[in-house]
Amino acid sequence: MAVDQEKLLQFLLRQGDNTLILGHRVSEWCGHSPILEEDIALANTALDLIGQTQMWLGYAADVQGEGKSADDLAFLRDAWDFRNVLLTELPNGDFGRTLLRQFLFDAFQSVLMGRLMKSSDETVAAIAAKASKEVAYHVERSADTVVGLGDGTEESHARMQEALNYLWPYVGEFFASDDVDAAMAEAGIAPDPASLREEYDALVGKVLADATLTIPASKYAHKGGRTGYMHTEHLGHLLTSMQWLQRAYPGCEW
Amino acid sequence: MYAQLIKTARSGITSREDMSEQEREFQDKIDNDIKIEPRDWMPDDYRATLIRQMGQHAHSEVVGQLPEGNWITRAPTLERKAILLAKVQDEAGHGLYLYSAAETLGETRDELVRLLHEGRMKYSSIFNYPTLNWADIGAVGWLVDGAAIVNQVALQRTSYGPYSRAMIRICKEESFHARQGYHAMMKMAFGSPAQKKMAQDALNRLWFPAMMMFGPHDSDSTHSEQSMAWKIKVKSNDELRQQFVDQTIPQIEYLGLDLPDEGIKWNEERGHYDFSDPDWDEFMDVIRGNGPCNVDRLNDRVAAWDNGQWVRDGLMAHARKKAAAKVAAE
Repeated sequence: MAVDQEKLLQFLLRQGDNTLILGHRVSEWCGHSPILEEDIALANTALDLIGQTQMWLGYAADVQGEGKSADDLAFLRDAWDFRNVLLTELPNGDFGRTLLRQFLFDAFQSVLMGRLMKSSDETVAAIAAKASKEVAYHVERSADTVVGLGDGTEESHARMQEALNYLWPYVGEFFASDDVDAAMAEAGIAPDPASLREEYDALVGKVLADATLTIPASKYAHKGGRTGYMHTEHLGHLLTSMQWLQRAYPGCEW
Repeated sequence: MYAQLIKTARSGITSREDMSEQEREFQDKIDNDIKIEPRDWMPDDYRATLIRQMGQHAHSEVVGQLPEGNWITRAPTLERKAILLAKVQDEAGHGLYLYSAAETLGETRDELVRLLHEGRMKYSSIFNYPTLNWADIGAVGWLVDGAAIVNQVALQRTSYGPYSRAMIRICKEESFHARQGYHAMMKMAFGSPAQKKMAQDALNRLWFPAMMMFGPHDSDSTHSEQSMAWKIKVKSNDELRQQFVDQTIPQIEYLGLDLPDEGIKWNEERGHYDFSDPDWDEFMDVIRGNGPCNVDRLNDRVAAWDNGQWVRDGLMAHARKKAAAKVAAE
C-alpha cells in the first residue's frame, strides 16, 4: 500500500529535526565542559547526531521531491516548520541537565531505532541500522553519567533532581501519537510511539532509580514540537545563529 | 606547534667535558637517534624543559577549541558542521595524548592545568586572536594547522619517545585538518564576491599571527641551543618559518587572493621567498597577556573548570561508593 508521501515527509522531519536540534545544542558545549574527556565525548555525540541528521533530512528532501537538499531543510525553514520534540530545543543548563536531557532522548532513540530497523521502508531501516550502533553507545554513556551524578555528592544529586524536575514534563511528547504516526504504523514504516512507552519507562525507571532520582508525580506533558504547532521561545534563537550565514548570504556554496 | 618561547631549564649549552658519565651516555643515545623512554635516566633539566614544551603544546590544543567552537553553531552546512566537530574533537584528543605523554615524566594533568589557570603556563599566541568571519575557520585549518604541521613533522623525530609517537599520530590528523581548511578557503575564494571578501579578510588578519607561531628569530631565541642538542627541538624557528612561507605562497596565489604582505617576493638567489617580519612588539604583547582574546580565553577555561567542579566531585564520589560496595560484597 502506498503511504501518503506528505505524512512520510512529516515522519522523517521529526527524526531529522530531533537529531539536528539536539546535535546543535550539544555542540554549544565545545571547549567548556567539566573535563577534557567530556569535551571529546560531547563533540563526538554532536557529530553522530549531525551525521544522522544528514541521513534523515537527506531522505526527507528526496521524499519531498522539490529538488531541495538536507541543507535547505536545515537552514532555510522557519521555526513553525520544525518537527523536533520540545525536549531537544531546551537550553543546555548545567552539564547535569545536558546529560540528563541526552539520556532521556537516547533512551527513546534506543527503543525506537530497534523497531525502525525492521521498517517496511528500506531506507528508514538502513538509516536506523546505522544510527542504532551510535545510539547504543550514547545511551550507555549518558545513563552511566546520570547514575554517577545522581548518586554522587549531595550537590550533584540535588542538581540532577532539579534537572529531572525541569525536563520530565517534556518526556511525554515522545509518545503523543497523531495521524502521521497512525499512517506510519499502518504502512509498517514505524511503530505507534504510544506503544513504546512501557519499554521506555522500564529502561528510564531503572536508570533513574540507580541514580537515586525521583520521577516527578505529575503526568503533565508539554507538547507542540513534533506537530510544529507551538515550539518554545528557545528554538527561534537557536535557528538565528544556526541559519545566519545561509540567510545572510543566500545561494552560496560553502 | 603550539609551543613558543619555551625556556630551556638550563642556560647555555653543556659541553661534553662538563657532563657527568651518565649525561654523556644520555647524550650519546640522542646523538645516535635512540629514543629516550620514561624509565630511562635523563637530566633534570631535560625533563623540566620537556614538561614545559609538552604542557604548552597540550594547553594549546585545548584552548584551540575555543576559536573554532565560536563557529560550530554557525557553520553554514551540515557537512561543514560535522567536519568542524570532528576537527575539534581531534584537537581535544591531541590535548589528551600530550597531557598523558607529559604524565610519563611525572607531572600530572591536574598540575599542568592549574599552572595554566594561574597564568604560569602559556598556550600558543595564535589562539589569542579572534575568529571573526566564517573564512577564519578555513584559514585556521589551512594556516594555523598548516604551520603546526611544519613544526610537528619535524618533531616526529624528537628525542623523547612518548612525545615523538604522539607527534606521529597527531600529524596524521593535522594533515586532514589543513586539507579541510584549504578546501573551505577554496569554496570562499572561488565563491561570491562577499565570500571572497571574507577569505581575503581572514588571510590578512591571520597571516602575521600564523608567522608568529614559530617564535622569535633564531638570533633572539636564547633558549634554543640546548634544546636542539637534546633534540627536543629539531629545526630552528627561522628554518621552519621559511618552510611555511615557501609552501603557503603558491597556495595563496592559487586561491587568487592578494598576498597579505607587500614584502613577499621570490628571491632567486636564496631559492626562497622573502617576506616581512611580523610585528614582534605585538607578539610580545600577546605573550604577556595583552592579545585581543587572552583574558576571555583564559576566563572561559577557568570558568569551564570551576563550573565543572561539582561534576568531577560527583563522579568521583560515585566511583568511591561503587568501589566500597564492591569491597563490602567480597
